[in-house]
Amino acid sequence: MFRPYPQLVRAGFRRYATYRQAMLAGLFTNILFGLLRAAVLAAVLAGRGTVGGYDLATALTYVWVGQGLLVAVLIWGDQELSRRIRSGDVVIDLGRPWDLQAAMLAADLGRAGVAVLLRLLPPVAFGAIFFPFRFPEHAHTWLLFAVSLVLAVVVSFGIRFLLNLSAFWMLEARGLIAMWGIAAGVLSGLVVPIAWYPAWAQAALWWTPFPALFQSPIDVFTERGDALAVLGHQVAWLVVLCAVGRLVLARGARRLVVQGG
Amino acid sequence: MAETVYPRIIASRVRGQLAYPWSFALDVAAQVIGQAFELVTIVVIFTQVTTLGGFTASEVVLIYGLAATAFALTDLAVGQVEELPTFIRTGELDVMLLRPLRALPQLLTADIALKRLGRVVVGVAALGYALASNNIVWSPVTVLVAITAPLLGAVILGSIWVAANALSFWLIDSSEVARGITYGSGFATSYPITVFGPWLRRILCFAVPSAFIAYFPALALLGRPDPLGLPELLRYSAPPVALLCIAAAALVWRSGIRRYQSTGS
Repeated sequence: MFRPYPQLVRAGFRRYATYRQAMLAGLFTNILFGLLRAAVLAAVLAGRGTVGGYDLATALTYVWVGQGLLVAVLIWGDQELSRRIRSGDVVIDLGRPWDLQAAMLAADLGRAGVAVLLRLLPPVAFGAIFFPFRFPEHAHTWLLFAVSLVLAVVVSFGIRFLLNLSAFWMLEARGLIAMWGIAAGVLSGLVVPIAWYPAWAQAALWWTPFPALFQSPIDVFTERGDALAVLGHQVAWLVVLCAVGRLVLARGARRLVVQGG
Repeated sequence: MAETVYPRIIASRVRGQLAYPWSFALDVAAQVIGQAFELVTIVVIFTQVTTLGGFTASEVVLIYGLAATAFALTDLAVGQVEELPTFIRTGELDVMLLRPLRALPQLLTADIALKRLGRVVVGVAALGYALASNNIVWSPVTVLVAITAPLLGAVILGSIWVAANALSFWLIDSSEVARGITYGSGFATSYPITVFGPWLRRILCFAVPSAFIAYFPALALLGRPDPLGLPELLRYSAPPVALLCIAAAALVWRSGIRRYQSTGS
């Protein structure tokens, strides 16, 4: 059978590579926020050596890798599917000879590929050049980081897919998506390391998929904790989210009524 | 004419949003949570340390409260200016320029996102808590500072927003740059400027004067010496800075409008 998925990855890549200029314009904001966040974390560490297991180099690496992951792991502003559900265009997507979830994931992986080149590497390089930076000590960490990055993108996709599917039941998925975007920033360890939360909050957070988005790949890169356990957490949530996504899509598609016209 | 038109426009926008009370309530809740999450960051940091940049937790919350209230009021009043690049691209700005009303007020009232009141609520609550939990010597001066600081802060931030977004009269795709300036100054305002290095600090004090929104008024309220040893006069300089900001923003906006050529679409 004809497999459209590799082509979809390429199409996703090409689609976002077209808007190189917009992608690069975002770098300004990305790096500016990196500078501000780095300053705050450096102030936290000032004269204290380590806080919650983070020394200065690790904390700054955490900031710059986090800034770089922001667009690749995308937590904000993915509303395409919910719009297509609302407009009814989703029937076309459902009628195509593909698995909708897999097809959208493929396109999202292509998008993430562009983001890695244009939005992950530059801020990380900027941080590594101008700030104390903690490069991985072991060569295999780079490979584990790549795996963790892909897992983070897929987990993020799984959540975004579900949020968008809510449009089958709700008139406007925007509020829910906005709420998620806000919560994810703080709870995923993008803004402050999860290791700085009180013990009870840390325990609770690691039961959620949030850390799998940012804290996990950053932890793998900075070689904090057992990388395999971190990856295991990501894989577990990936499986759960993709399974629930399929289920919800099937239920949503069943109640879909589109007016002909 | 404008006196009667704008109240009507604003009233219609407000009615439009209240037409779907549940959706509106959810939107407000999202705004409340969004603003509160920024506070979570500060709270988490203070579970690890007792001072940040020489300031205690309740002092930083005071700075945050002033900053958040000013930011929320700005977002409510002029947040719509972020749509300027879209209005230019779609040609909608041309329609506005043709009407016998001024373009900026039209743009700002194109949508009044009432849900942003949720942010104001959180900002005022944090400010109220911080005013009560810090040892503030209440005098006519401190009362005046406490009341005017968020309002003047909103004027300063609002001017920064208008000027930053007016860049799109000159640059294509400048919305990301504008966002960096507006949200970046919003973020920076919530922390004592002592945490930033000398260069960032200079920019925050003088180029994008966000230090006058929360940091200096907070020093005035706390009556504590500035760790940076900056002149005491700066603490009470928010009114002239706000005036300067309005003048600068008006200048940028007007020269932008004057050189504006429609995209022709």
